[in-house]
Amino acid sequence: MSFWDVLCWIMLPYAAITVFIVGHVWRYRTDQFNWTSRSTQLLDRKTLGWASPAFHYGALAAIGGHVIGLCIPESWTHAVGISEGSYVWIAGVAGGVAGLVTLAGFLGLLYRRTTSVRVRQRTSWMDIFTYLLLTVLILMGCWMTFGWTLFTDDPYNYRGSIAEWWRSLFYFDPDVEAVHGSPFIYQLHAIVAWLFWGTFAFSRLVHAWSIPLQYLGRPYILYRSRSPQAEPMPRRAGEVTETTGRSPR
Amino acid sequence: MKVRAQIGMVMNLDKCIGCHTCSVTCKQVWTNRPGAEYMWFNDVETKPGLGYPKRWQDQEQWKGGWELGRNGKLKLKAGGRLKKLLSIFSNPDMPQIDDYYEPWTYDYDQLIKAPLSEHDPVARAESQLTGRRLENGIQWGPNWDDNLAGAPERIHQDPLTAGIEDQVKATYEQAFMFYLPRICEHCLNPSCVASCPSGAMYKREEDGIVLVDQEKCRGWRFCVSGCPYKKVYFNHNTGKAEKCTLCYPRIEQGQPTICSETCVGRIRYIGLVLYDADRVEQAASTPDESGLLAAQQGVFLNPDDPEVREQAARDGIPDDWIRYARRSPVYALAHRYKVALPLHPEFRTLPMVWYVPPLSPIVNTLETDGYEADPDDVFPAIDNMRIPVDYLANLLAAGDSEVIRGVLRRLAAMRGHMRKREVLGEHDEAIAATAGMSVEEVEDMYRLLAIAKYEDRYVIPQAHRELADNLMEQQGSCGLDFEGGPGNCGAVPGKSPAGAGAGVRKAQTEIEGFMLTEEGEDDEPVRLDIIKMLGHRGDGSRGGSDGDTGGDGLADPAGAAG
Repeated sequence: MSFWDVLCWIMLPYAAITVFIVGHVWRYRTDQFNWTSRSTQLLDRKTLGWASPAFHYGALAAIGGHVIGLCIPESWTHAVGISEGSYVWIAGVAGGVAGLVTLAGFLGLLYRRTTSVRVRQRTSWMDIFTYLLLTVLILMGCWMTFGWTLFTDDPYNYRGSIAEWWRSLFYFDPDVEAVHGSPFIYQLHAIVAWLFWGTFAFSRLVHAWSIPLQYLGRPYILYRSRSPQAEPMPRRAGEVTETTGRSPR
Repeated sequence: MKVRAQIGMVMNLDKCIGCHTCSVTCKQVWTNRPGAEYMWFNDVETKPGLGYPKRWQDQEQWKGGWELGRNGKLKLKAGGRLKKLLSIFSNPDMPQIDDYYEPWTYDYDQLIKAPLSEHDPVARAESQLTGRRLENGIQWGPNWDDNLAGAPERIHQDPLTAGIEDQVKATYEQAFMFYLPRICEHCLNPSCVASCPSGAMYKREEDGIVLVDQEKCRGWRFCVSGCPYKKVYFNHNTGKAEKCTLCYPRIEQGQPTICSETCVGRIRYIGLVLYDADRVEQAASTPDESGLLAAQQGVFLNPDDPEVREQAARDGIPDDWIRYARRSPVYALAHRYKVALPLHPEFRTLPMVWYVPPLSPIVNTLETDGYEADPDDVFPAIDNMRIPVDYLANLLAAGDSEVIRGVLRRLAAMRGHMRKREVLGEHDEAIAATAGMSVEEVEDMYRLLAIAKYEDRYVIPQAHRELADNLMEQQGSCGLDFEGGPGNCGAVPGKSPAGAGAGVRKAQTEIEGFMLTEEGEDDEPVRLDIIKMLGHRGDGSRGGSDGDTGGDGLADPAGAAG
């Protein structure tokens, strides 16, 4: 193992994971006020109307694809009878659609952020850095999907290499050999992705953890007592559910 | 029955002179900072007019508030929970800042730094969003259509004129207008709270004030679109929602909001209303829109009713709050005299800032035809008033003009009665009777509407600190009650256990007991002067006298009722 192997495939991932976890805990505990989507819809809603949903839904689909691709070992899909050929075909088409939708939305958002002066004024250096990483990641992701999976005679099977290494990180037994020989673009994508996760906690992206799913099961009207000793929502919420037509207790 | 207390407000539109002092003082206190430039927690609109933001009243456009589903159940007009989550990445009903206006400042430096020239230097407008010069000039601003400015082109863009276009004219001879000051309604059934996916918005149990938890807000923006009054704003600097707080730090001290405190026309009244929390949803679900006013009045509880008072005490409402509720000018105007009306009851949020519709001008449009209204015969004039009853009905009564007529009749009767008494020296019970009121009621209402003093207009109980956090103990205002210290702050010497633990707690309750009770505190002979000062700090002599006289005054009706 060379120095670069250790740096890129062991140190960087673990450093990024550590910063990711510690950074989130730190930020959640100290910086609730800045924990927001930092929406700019108020300033300019024109392009946002289609670009933002496209980007977000595309990205969610792409994230789902990554989870499936990286977490589920090849042997499992074989076991349920999905051949390598059909897996590549399914993953390529689904990933291609997700990638294109994400890319289109992202370009829309990028266009809006650069051309709308109002929105540009609200853009921080951290935002620019995040946009930069996303640009690189999305473009590489699309290229890998189309150039290395869909429109090629010999689709690259990352599940036999990169994914093995990725999973091995979480067994605390990094399998650096698995990365060797994988195409450079896959390696670069992985390295940039670690930078992305390492800086995630300090960017506006933290709003991703605040998807308000609890809204689905919550009474509409919330009451809180001035008293700080009293629990704010859950205990009191029951009382008022009569106003919302949901069963109180 | 579950009794809750709500701080409510009534504004007497008859007396609003449109000076915007409320807006300006509110702005100075709350929204004079980056990201909040365009926000006016309090604004004063000229009616008819577009309002702020433009056409906010048109819920077909903005989808604010509630509506009844096909099954008769209450639902958010903008859609349910799932629809909200699915459209979270781009709120389809979100206003753009241009719907309010693009905030600007002026290049004042130019006035000082411009080189000597033949013509005076000019400070040009710069956007506060971009810092750039507004190349197209200022397109819209706060109160752009103040006093009917631009009315000939725009008056029928006012959603309230729909269907009564023939009655709303912009020609000088036929024009009418009045002012509508607006703050957050602190609704009993707030659709902003219901729209907030994060659960950051809440209604305070103690006083019903609706607030945004700035730490919990994640900037999803549904409160902005969900509020039919468009009184929740998005701070484009912090990415969080903000709204009128009803100046809760002042209210907790028993002081009126800053907009009320500074109101030149003394149009505002603040007081408590007790209501039945169990009946809120049922009232908001009233099938017929014109029934919503009566339904909301039905939710209010009569604080003079001993049963209500007992239940209120059981539900944890402090005794002094119940006494304040009995003196509430808001309850009196909204329920006892029934001259105040909710703003747009058809939004089904059960708003708690109510309005006395403007009676003046009683000038008849027929005057130009040689007709002159008889000052003693005010009732026929109501239907020939300059402000069409139908317009007021669209604003304050979900289109039911009979409600407006009823209110205007009571107000006109009051004027007629007082005119006879004061100008002609006659005592005539007939006028009051025609409005279905007794002479006493009419004269009480007159006192409240015309000559009420500060302490009659603002009947605000102090917040109970012992029910929340003991700030005084936290701040260490009492320097004797520390661990192992001598103790006795606020306690009778020798009576309180000298020491920590229970002693501190005892002393603390006695301080509170002194600070918060208003009557019967003389059962203990000795009190430290410093505590007396602390106890009356914050409300000053006014609060003190209010408590003293109010306490005595309140004891009588209590006895009478019981």
